[in-house]
Amino acid sequence: MTASPPPAVDKLVDHLFRRESGRLVARLVRVLGPQRLDLAEEAVQDAMIQALRSWPFTGSPSDPAAWLTRVAHNRALDVLRREGVFAAKHGEVRSLDEARLDRIEEPAFAGEIEDDRLRLMFVCCHPALPGDGRIALTLKVVCGFSVREIARAFLAADATVAQRIARAKRLIRERAIPYGVPGPNELPERRASVLKVLYLMFNEGYSPGEGEAVIRADICSEAVRLAEAAAAHPVTGTAESHALAALLLLQGARLEARQDSAGDILLLDEQDRSIWNAQWLERGFRHLELSMSGDRLTAYHLEAGIAACHAAAPSLEATDWPAIVGYYDRLLELCPSAVTELNRAVALAMIEGPAAGLAAIDGIAGDGSLRDYPLLHSVRGELCRRAGRRAEARSHLQCALDQARSLPVRRLLERRLAAL
Amino acid sequence: MAQYILLLHERPASPDGVSPEEIQRVIEEYRAWSESMGKAGKLIGGHKLTDEGGRLLTGWGPDFSTTDGPWAEAKEVIGGLFHISAESYDEAARLSASCPHLKYGGRIELRRVDLVD
Repeated sequence: MTASPPPAVDKLVDHLFRRESGRLVARLVRVLGPQRLDLAEEAVQDAMIQALRSWPFTGSPSDPAAWLTRVAHNRALDVLRREGVFAAKHGEVRSLDEARLDRIEEPAFAGEIEDDRLRLMFVCCHPALPGDGRIALTLKVVCGFSVREIARAFLAADATVAQRIARAKRLIRERAIPYGVPGPNELPERRASVLKVLYLMFNEGYSPGEGEAVIRADICSEAVRLAEAAAAHPVTGTAESHALAALLLLQGARLEARQDSAGDILLLDEQDRSIWNAQWLERGFRHLELSMSGDRLTAYHLEAGIAACHAAAPSLEATDWPAIVGYYDRLLELCPSAVTELNRAVALAMIEGPAAGLAAIDGIAGDGSLRDYPLLHSVRGELCRRAGRRAEARSHLQCALDQARSLPVRRLLERRLAAL
Repeated sequence: MAQYILLLHERPASPDGVSPEEIQRVIEEYRAWSESMGKAGKLIGGHKLTDEGGRLLTGWGPDFSTTDGPWAEAKEVIGGLFHISAESYDEAARLSASCPHLKYGGRIELRRVDLVD
């Protein structure tokens, strides 16, 4: 018996499979067309299962990505051949698809991979698809998350997420949504939809929820990665894309500092600023600079400006609050929203004191749209506490606690109540 | 030192809906196991067997025939094998117990190699 020992192989690059998944699906969809998205995904999944069955014995190949590409390509080809046999009986010829698929192994020219992924994003973020479907589909297809991971991150039922994805795919088929960079007429709207999906994806991952924290952080990282790719690409690299990349990087840099080891939320004044991600901050500021080149001021610009004020501040007290209030003012002109007004009130209170903040909130609370928004009550409670109105603080915080569903948020509120 | 063969029987159903990240994590666990076995000087080798099920050979002379697998009797496919060295069945079983294959519902058939002194 002369078995050769499995070669000593290095650890695989972190997230290699997840990243390759999106890249490979994009590559296959280029050839097969978005209507065969399912086939592309199956072929890639099969290739990864095959790796799982082989690599434990053989060790991972010297070029894992090339191995996965080859196997996924062969799987897709097998299916097409089988269908070809079947279709031939019905007088249909599928050899064209096969011929095109054969070309997939030609060396990719520089940037082609980014192009593929971007085109796939244009498919997944098509305005004809429902909003929740766009996010779920992008996470699944472009970012390589499974239905279960997406469901776990957002505390949704697996079936709900699966349904959203299935509906979006059906629409892609029915509407014959093409794979490719949209033409000049369509481009602005399609590009805006891609950016919006990335923005929402990041927020879903970033907002304190009780879903699995690790996956949520990964979702933020993927959103950041894709936003940077969009900003770097000639077709999508507008000032607005740079602003979005800046916003996600500057805000994402605080991700780790926002939670303690027990998973409890740390507020800005409790965070250890020295562990903010310095690389992301640096890249964020670079994108912020590039975002100034445009002639249009977007909400992403203004939100990035706010994030930059926080990122540049050495402490909560030494933050440029007047600038932040200014950004909120312009944001409100651009897209009025009660949540933005609430955030503005918090910043205002940092300059003019809690009473001014509370007065501003009274104006918002009047219209009742935030009645069921726990943050409204927790901000009120916090400002009352600072103003020395403890009884009122207690009742507002209790009200927030009654409404809050997210466990980390509930723990934060309980902590605040106990400290009163 | 005695030698043992670990025959890794695969679960009949392939994992469904498992994510790329999870697949990579499992591969990493196998790699870590092989590496630790190698470092301890216990691992002699490993082989992946191809999936087509092999061939069954029977008969002698004119009766010789080959049948393509898999066969109905073989309920589980042997995905691959590891070849290790260990003092005893007990030690071989102990070393195998940490193989991720068991963690993920596979079965391991442990056989001692009959070495002629």
